[in-house]
Amino acid sequence: MSALVVEALCKSFGGLRAVDDVSFSLGETELLALIGPNGAGKSTCFNMLNGQIQPDVGSIRLYGDEIVGCPPRTVWRMGVGRTFQITATFSSMTVMENVQMALLSHHRRLRALLPFAGGQYRDEAMALLDRVGMASQAGRACGTLAYGDLKRLELAIALANEPRVLLMDEPTAGMAPRERLQLMRLTADIVRDKGVSVLFTEHDMDVVFGHADRILVMNRGRLVAAGSPAEVRANTEVQAIYLGSGALYAPEGAA
Amino acid sequence: MDFLVAQFLNGLASASSLFLVASGLSIIFGVTRIVNFAHGAFYMLGAYLAYTLATHLPGPFGFWVALPLSALAVAGLGALVEMTILRRIYAAPELFQLLATFGLTLMVEDLVVMIWGPEDLLGPRAPGLDGAIPIFGQLFPTYDLLVIAMGPLVLLGLWLLFRRTRWGVLVRAATEDRTMVAALGVNQKWLFTSVFTLGIFLAALGGALQIPREAVHHALDLQVIVEAFVIVVVGGLGNVLGAFLAAVMIAELNAFGILLFPKISLVLVFLVMAAVLVVRPWGLLGRPEAHPRASVGQAVEPLRRLGPAGLAASLLLAGALALLPLVAGPYLLTVVTELLIFALFAASLHLMMGVGGMVSFGHAAYFGLGAYGAALLVRFIGAPMELGILLGPLLALAGGLLFGWFCVRLSGVYLAMLTLAFAQIVWSIIFQWYEVTGGDNGILGIWPSKWAADPQVYYYLVLGLCGLGLVAIRRVIFSPFGYALRACRDSVLRAEAIGIHRQRVQWMGFALAGAFAGVGGTLYAYLKGSVFPDVISIATSVDGLVMVLLGGIQTVSGPIVGAATYKALSIYMTSQIAYWQLVLGGLIVVLVVAFPEGIAGFWQRQVGPRLRARLGARRAGEHTPEDWEAAP
Repeated sequence: MSALVVEALCKSFGGLRAVDDVSFSLGETELLALIGPNGAGKSTCFNMLNGQIQPDVGSIRLYGDEIVGCPPRTVWRMGVGRTFQITATFSSMTVMENVQMALLSHHRRLRALLPFAGGQYRDEAMALLDRVGMASQAGRACGTLAYGDLKRLELAIALANEPRVLLMDEPTAGMAPRERLQLMRLTADIVRDKGVSVLFTEHDMDVVFGHADRILVMNRGRLVAAGSPAEVRANTEVQAIYLGSGALYAPEGAA
Repeated sequence: MDFLVAQFLNGLASASSLFLVASGLSIIFGVTRIVNFAHGAFYMLGAYLAYTLATHLPGPFGFWVALPLSALAVAGLGALVEMTILRRIYAAPELFQLLATFGLTLMVEDLVVMIWGPEDLLGPRAPGLDGAIPIFGQLFPTYDLLVIAMGPLVLLGLWLLFRRTRWGVLVRAATEDRTMVAALGVNQKWLFTSVFTLGIFLAALGGALQIPREAVHHALDLQVIVEAFVIVVVGGLGNVLGAFLAAVMIAELNAFGILLFPKISLVLVFLVMAAVLVVRPWGLLGRPEAHPRASVGQAVEPLRRLGPAGLAASLLLAGALALLPLVAGPYLLTVVTELLIFALFAASLHLMMGVGGMVSFGHAAYFGLGAYGAALLVRFIGAPMELGILLGPLLALAGGLLFGWFCVRLSGVYLAMLTLAFAQIVWSIIFQWYEVTGGDNGILGIWPSKWAADPQVYYYLVLGLCGLGLVAIRRVIFSPFGYALRACRDSVLRAEAIGIHRQRVQWMGFALAGAFAGVGGTLYAYLKGSVFPDVISIATSVDGLVMVLLGGIQTVSGPIVGAATYKALSIYMTSQIAYWQLVLGGLIVVLVVAFPEGIAGFWQRQVGPRLRARLGARRAGEHTPEDWEAAP
């Protein structure tokens, strides 16, 4: 069964069709990459998958359940975790507290007024931090972390509610080459161990072709190619998009 | 009919003056992000100075030279203030600059009384325009026609300035993204100074223009600043045309409201503002704010629970307070009782704005509702104190639930202004609903029960209840709910992405803060034996803000330190010094420049680490804000 089935997704901003009739599916425990040049519609597409943006038309089903129309918090409770392209964490909390926050929400303990939050789910939070290699920095103020570490923290937060689907928006942007490799290995491990399905966007082609099971290519809001890394690599349209067709300016209407 | 036309024109004349003030405020906020509380004070200074110059400069031209000259002089003063005070604190946490401008306002209020005396001053008539012309059979002052024309003229001038000059382009760019403008090599220092100077010039000119129309007095500043805030927010922050439309709207509301709805005339403006903000959260012509850039290099320290040292200090303080009645007389006890009540009030405001990120300009509403809740129970059912203390705060909780529901739909300054609108609405209702609340006469005879009538006993009661309240607020801050509240402040995006219902959490936080403030208000009513509408006044709300900011908004103990410092200073000075506002205002300005992180913040960041360093690294395992640095 597919983890996520997306059908005929459309979103316009004014006259711009940011996402135009996009359909695809994410298989169970698949590591699926969504690539495309800047402005192709990847982020819009991504933001619709977790309810951040509502599509104009189309359907998104998570293991059969429709998630279009649900706000992000509901989509998260249904089992879709995500990381952001520009990291979003709680800057007045420590690394550990950030993860505890997600765990408190997962266990529906947000309205508790009496217990100390700092003592809640410490072991679970530590295990998650350990998983992403951040255990040694658990006590640090989140606002002082390096960018790559913030990305890993986001991953730990996203894993806190044991998601069935994980959306990662440019997970390795701003990281050193070695870190990128480590993070993608880590992601692959998580997919294997927890049975999570992952959809990620990425600009680094080494990361994409080295780790993805399958690749989707978007350009100007449309899905132009899909397939295994080898198939996508051989696709002439994809080559034209990334390497250019040789003509600097396409004639009017020849797009 | 003819009377209505005259009234309409009157409204337009007021609108012009209000527009000048509001456009200046709007431009300053747009570029520097300073909520300039002193704007009304500069307006007042402009009026006073124009009065002096107009009466002393000789000849018919004296008057006409006096108006621009006084505006220029005040603008020069504004530039000086910007360069010597504000420039030092741009990097301070949001709203901290408000504190400095509040201090300035206090100083100016006393200065004008020192220089010009406490009497109302009526300026000379404008030479050449001192007559009146008939309009629909009604005599209308010629000068007012000039004032009416000034509004559109200044609007046009500003439009040309912003559209046709390089400086104007820079200002517009800085309003949208000042970080980017700085990155493009524009000298921000001078841009800020020039914008601030222009804004002050407009305010002072607005004041100067009024001298033939209205008497100049030393309470003008507050009256004007509130209306200017309303206009800026209704029009849309940073939008000059919006400010013009809003100024006309508000001035006409004032002109006709008193005729059409005399019963609710005071509340009308704020009802309209609340309605506009609920329907158009960014004002008439404003645009939703882009996600503000996180300020670089301003990592917020995580809040920490008390370490052994802090705990010991707290217990010591509690012990000292418990032993106080042994040495203190009734006067000192009453003063400390009041300090305790305001510490709870400030802590409740801090829960909302420090922890919840919802800045309130109208927290007095909940304090006042608590006080009136108890007072009404006494007045109508003769309830004893025990019942009053139990049920009084419920009125504040109800107010918090009702107003909070609307407020959490907004954020930032707009949210703050909506809280101000609600506070003014509550104030107006209490002020004008004479039959129930006694209006201006207040409600008297709210005394503690017999067993608590002695100041010593009442002191212990307040110490117990406020102490409990403070511990409870602390507890909430470190509870899962408090964390959720802080999560929504830190990153709405992330909070919603991990299943937190932002609006619901903030609504609960809002109501809870209101309830705690209500407890303070109830205790205050029984301390004073009476309540008057001024417990809900803007002054009380501003006092709360000053306490929280002075203490340090990013610390948990800040509001308590701030409340004790500010309240003790103001009580002492009112009783000892003739020009206490001047001294207190000056002191606030000095404190702001010296401790841009607040007093408690200064202690935590500057003094604390040094103390610990001196005590040695052997206690590195303690929970201190810096311990991760020391940790391996």
